[in-house]
Amino acid sequence: MASEFAVEMRDVVKRFITPEGNEMAAVDHVTMKIKNGEFFSMLGSSGCGKTTSLRMIAGFEWPTEGEVYIEGEPMGHTPPFQRKVNTVFQSYALFQHMTVFQNIAFGLEMEGAKEDEIKKRVGRALEMVQLSGMERRKPKQLSGGQQQRVAVARALVKTPDVLLLDEPLGALDLKLRKEMQLELKALQQQLGITFVYVTHDQEEALTMSDRIAVMSKGRVQQMGTPVEVYERPSNKFVADFIGESNFLEGKIKSLSKDEASVFIPSLNAEIMGMPISQGLANGEDVVVSIRPEKIRIAQKHALNQNMIEAKVTNTVYIGADTHVYVDAQGSKLKVLEQNHISRLDTNSFYKVGQDVWLMLMPENTLVLKKD
Amino acid sequence: MLKRLRENKSTQGTLLALPTTIWLFVLLIIPLILTLVVSFGRRSPDGDVIYTFTLDNYVRLLGYSTDCDNGQSACFDPLYVQILGRSLSLAFNTTLIVITMAYPLAYFIARAHPKKRNTYLFMVLIPLWTNFVIRVYAWMMLLRKEGAINIVIGTVAKWLGIDFVPLELLYTPGAVLIGMVYEFLPFMILPIYTSLEKIENSLYEAAADLGASPFRTFLRVTLPLSMPGVVAGTILVFIPVMGTFIVSDILGGRQVILVGNLIQRQFLDARDPTFGSAASLILMVLTLIVTYFYTRKFGFGEEIVAA
Repeated sequence: MASEFAVEMRDVVKRFITPEGNEMAAVDHVTMKIKNGEFFSMLGSSGCGKTTSLRMIAGFEWPTEGEVYIEGEPMGHTPPFQRKVNTVFQSYALFQHMTVFQNIAFGLEMEGAKEDEIKKRVGRALEMVQLSGMERRKPKQLSGGQQQRVAVARALVKTPDVLLLDEPLGALDLKLRKEMQLELKALQQQLGITFVYVTHDQEEALTMSDRIAVMSKGRVQQMGTPVEVYERPSNKFVADFIGESNFLEGKIKSLSKDEASVFIPSLNAEIMGMPISQGLANGEDVVVSIRPEKIRIAQKHALNQNMIEAKVTNTVYIGADTHVYVDAQGSKLKVLEQNHISRLDTNSFYKVGQDVWLMLMPENTLVLKKD
Repeated sequence: MLKRLRENKSTQGTLLALPTTIWLFVLLIIPLILTLVVSFGRRSPDGDVIYTFTLDNYVRLLGYSTDCDNGQSACFDPLYVQILGRSLSLAFNTTLIVITMAYPLAYFIARAHPKKRNTYLFMVLIPLWTNFVIRVYAWMMLLRKEGAINIVIGTVAKWLGIDFVPLELLYTPGAVLIGMVYEFLPFMILPIYTSLEKIENSLYEAAADLGASPFRTFLRVTLPLSMPGVVAGTILVFIPVMGTFIVSDILGGRQVILVGNLIQRQFLDARDPTFGSAASLILMVLTLIVTYFYTRKFGFGEEIVAA
């Protein structure tokens, strides 16, 4: 391998002309370094630029500015059929007029592979996706999950440096999707090929990825491991987009390297938290983010400076957890309590109207830039 | 009664198909049977049909004539076989030319911006607003000796100082071919466009992604997936061209006689409905045979053909 990075996007911009005639940057100065053998996800809601980025790596679109590198080579305007990457499309894009065998063999035929080699490699690819014996079927005669596997096999049979996957599981039902997530991940580990995976499903990204790029409005908001983006979101958008979070607005009173004291006007209290965002300054208006499962509910005030008084407004029993909604002097917060004791009376712990104390651990209380 | 009808799907189906069935029976099946019966009859001296059973008309079509110049009782006259052959070859040529002209245009429209597609399709359909016969006459105006084409070439020739004898364009097989191609082009463009338009963009991308150049993508993906349109268009063009007589009548004159003209003249000029009926049936059988072998190879155009 020529480069440490399988794919690199350097300061890439992609502008489109909207139907109204305005210029719009679908991808806005994106820089990404995707390592060899990595399972890398681009995560974001529709219109965040993730699919456009993937299409620029595949060669279906060319950057307006910046450059895409594959294995260290600048791609410029190299057409898709000359790039050593292959794509699994969202709609699978199988050739309906060809059998499963012909679909998978197509890419090898284009390479000019010999007939017996094609037979051997297609056979192995089908084995890999557990579709042996389906060679003669037409795509229409397969279930959605099987078509998806054919699409994967068709791309992987070319042994690309990088496999690009554009929301490949979007059309499958939940159960099948979970199965395929694990299967794809296992396949990636077994083959050691770099996967670049586009999804809007945060759970999917967290389950499968080595690293995730969280994208919004054409920009990368944060790049990191699943644990990093969940536990240390670099701004409010990421904290809000991945998982759930309670937000309190405040102003920094004192600041050190790993501690910040934030005055929350709505609570008329100072709470201690961890400074997370880069470049926070004393006196800055900030947002404090606390995940619902990281708040502890206590009946009494303990010797802890990070305690706030609240009243239970609602409880929702969800089997494994109970969602407790509380009101702390006008701020509505959500707390996730695990039901680790089996009780039939779901109100036995918290009743609506009950006064409680919320314990916020400073290491779980993340101080983030306002935007 | 109504309640039972609401529950009975097969009665509903029968009722829905009934008007068309009656229509087809009265106006297609019965006339066909009559044509068959008449074709076995004999013409009376004053042009009436004598109902009998004789194969004379069919024998005459195949070229055996009893009306010989040199006093023989039977001789071979290939006239009618030639007419049939000419009709077949014209239908083949027209279809081939129409496909080669229609395909690139349909491809261009299908790949154009969705907003522009309707405008282009509209432009394809505009000629159909004018009557078929009038459009053929328009070609006569263009092709005749004092027609637009000769005037333009003549003017250019005069300007260049070259002697120019007006070209004999009208009343030639070429004129009939041009007229046929012109008349039937839209019927090929539309079905090919429809099948091309159905091909998702991601299929072209997938082919490119798997290493296929644009040319190979066309051969391996675009062409096979658009074959249903080509097949449907071929059926829509080939069959009418085999039977049409107006185009050859106006643009071919006495020079280019097709089966259609033969049939028309038997009924109107020669007043021999028995021979006309036989020719009609032969035309039908010939068209059916060609269509049968064609559709057996390519399907009826509704199914995707395997590459």
